[in-house]
Amino acid sequence: MNAGHVVLGVLLAANVATAIGVVYARHEHRQLFVALDRQTHERDELNIDFGRLQLEQATWAESNRVDQIARTKLGMKFPEGAEIEVVRP
Amino acid sequence: MNMLPKNLFQKRRQKQGPGRTATPVRPRAQRGAFNLRGRLLLVCGGLGLCSLALIGRAVDLQLVDNEFYRKQGDERFLRELEIPTTRGMITDRNGEPLAVSTPVESIWANPQELSRNPDRLPELARALGVPADYLTRKVLQRSDKEFMWLQRRMNPTTAKGILALDIPGVFSQREFRRFYPQGEALAHVLGFTNIDDLGQEGVELAFDDWLRGKPGLEKVIRDRRGRIVENVDLVQPATPGRDLTLSIDRRIQYLTYRELKRQLLESGASSGSAVVLDITTGEVLAMANVPSFNPNAVELGNRDAHRNRAVTDTFEPGSTAKPLTVAAALEAGVITPHTLFNTSPGWIPNGRYRTTDTHNYGTLDTTGVIRKSSNVGASMIARRLNDQQFYDFFHKMGYGSSTHSGFPGESPGSLPAPSRWSGTSKQTMSYGYGFSVTPLQVARAYAAIANGGRAIQPTFVKGQASESKQVFDPAIAHEVMKMMQTVTEPGGTATQAAILGYHVAGKTGTSRKAERGGYTNKYVSFFAGVVPVDNPRFAMAVVINEPTRGSYYGGLVAGPVFHNVMEGALRLMDVPPDDIDAWLAAQAAAEAKARGGKPAPAFANVAAGVAADDEPGNDDVQAVTP
Repeated sequence: MNAGHVVLGVLLAANVATAIGVVYARHEHRQLFVALDRQTHERDELNIDFGRLQLEQATWAESNRVDQIARTKLGMKFPEGAEIEVVRP
Repeated sequence: MNMLPKNLFQKRRQKQGPGRTATPVRPRAQRGAFNLRGRLLLVCGGLGLCSLALIGRAVDLQLVDNEFYRKQGDERFLRELEIPTTRGMITDRNGEPLAVSTPVESIWANPQELSRNPDRLPELARALGVPADYLTRKVLQRSDKEFMWLQRRMNPTTAKGILALDIPGVFSQREFRRFYPQGEALAHVLGFTNIDDLGQEGVELAFDDWLRGKPGLEKVIRDRRGRIVENVDLVQPATPGRDLTLSIDRRIQYLTYRELKRQLLESGASSGSAVVLDITTGEVLAMANVPSFNPNAVELGNRDAHRNRAVTDTFEPGSTAKPLTVAAALEAGVITPHTLFNTSPGWIPNGRYRTTDTHNYGTLDTTGVIRKSSNVGASMIARRLNDQQFYDFFHKMGYGSSTHSGFPGESPGSLPAPSRWSGTSKQTMSYGYGFSVTPLQVARAYAAIANGGRAIQPTFVKGQASESKQVFDPAIAHEVMKMMQTVTEPGGTATQAAILGYHVAGKTGTSRKAERGGYTNKYVSFFAGVVPVDNPRFAMAVVINEPTRGSYYGGLVAGPVFHNVMEGALRLMDVPPDDIDAWLAAQAAAEAKARGGKPAPAFANVAAGVAADDEPGNDDVQAVTP
């Protein structure tokens, strides 16, 4: 067994090892990509939910609606001149 | 390839030819003595050539044309899918959402698959809320197609209910829709987007690049039926649109819109606009127009109502130009605040025409010209200025050039240069005719006066204040402010605009509308003002176009809008009163009245918005040559 054979053997082993490595890396890449995809999707869903809730809140808090409810249902009104007490600072 | 075996046969015959004639003639022996070597060679050679051809083809496929074939192969199962993304949210200065994109579901069907299960159609029709026979007819009409919308942009929960029926051939697709919770109050400033979520008008258009997200791309492997087998790679991640914080204050905006709308109904006017500016930063706190439209409706209605009149429409400013005339004269040093003008007999010639006042005010000082809004007085002041001085001052106050607020479709108005003037132009312009401005330009000019002569570019984005520019002397600005303060005090033209507890500086304007070369009986009512006089915070311009019911004087029509909006805005923004003495006095008077004492003095009436003096000031311009 001369040096040439040794080199050949080592190269062959290295070749097989890297080939398996490539396959493994590729597999892992796909696994991680699927996980990333799931997470992004989840993030988007949460963002969308948040947007929807904000929209809902803004719709409930719409000035015209608040104005109407305050005046009609709750009987609120702007204080008259006589009802305001002015204090000197 | 096809020619190869034929050639071989020919070769063989030629080779064998001499052999056959040479061997003795015995059929059996002849058959047994075939040339084994020759045949073997022939077969091996043939096969060899075949495999050579295969190798050649393989080389061709794998090395020479590799790119092409790989692409062809990938195209059959690799797909690049777009990842949809949302448009950024628009909020007001306090973070309240003004425009939000929210997902909606669109239900679609494959009519081929659907028509195979006709017994499920009534069930589907019930869920969609359409008559069963209508749906059946529609599906049958399209039974050779693979796609039809059943209903677009519906509530996600309803859509989920339909999908839960699990009818074969019914699918849903997510789309985004823009909602505007403030509705018509802010419709003009925000604008709207089209069905592809691209900005079409207003802020949505101006900041489209900022708001719009970049859809991502991902590579997937799909099978024949379109199902995704595997996500291969992310080509480009999706970047959602960025949020935008406007300078608008939702509450002041609503107040402005409500008051404007109410005044429009009361005065029977055709349209109206109002702008509220923050004086020190140039931020637009509110900008409202009537008539308005509902941006959430599918049908946006009359296009005429889509215009943001506060920046796109121009008006002759009428008497609101007088403080600028006075400031120009003060800057040129041709008058002082105490210069006296004899306005008798209430008119003054202007070329072939006359400039008139509604009353003969007799002798007025400069302050009196502003307080009474005397056209004659303004004309006399303008006569002391040369054309260039007059023009330069109006020009540096921003009239005749765009405010660069960045709003799409903004009008620069028009301010003719002295070279285009006729003999009567300067005098006409001194009281606000013969040039035109947008309400935003008026608000900016008044903000500059209140800001000690420093002009600022208006902006719609919070915190994007630009550098202010000193355009005239702070001392002159202060003088003009003092003069404008008398307008809202008893004896002025706009006592309706006075706010209890605060000093208000402003100016009314009533201009006749020019149409087809002459002045008509239609009017534009203006009020522009700033508050409070000490340490000013807000500048507001109100324009009511063509009031038909009751009065058309700026103080009576536009003044109350200013009063109501500013009173609310001062309270909302916690602005301390600068005239607390008047307030205390009013309170003492009210208490005295409650105890059955003497009646409340005049200023209580002022605060209640009763006209103490309805002198309209300017009026009657005899048709001016353009």
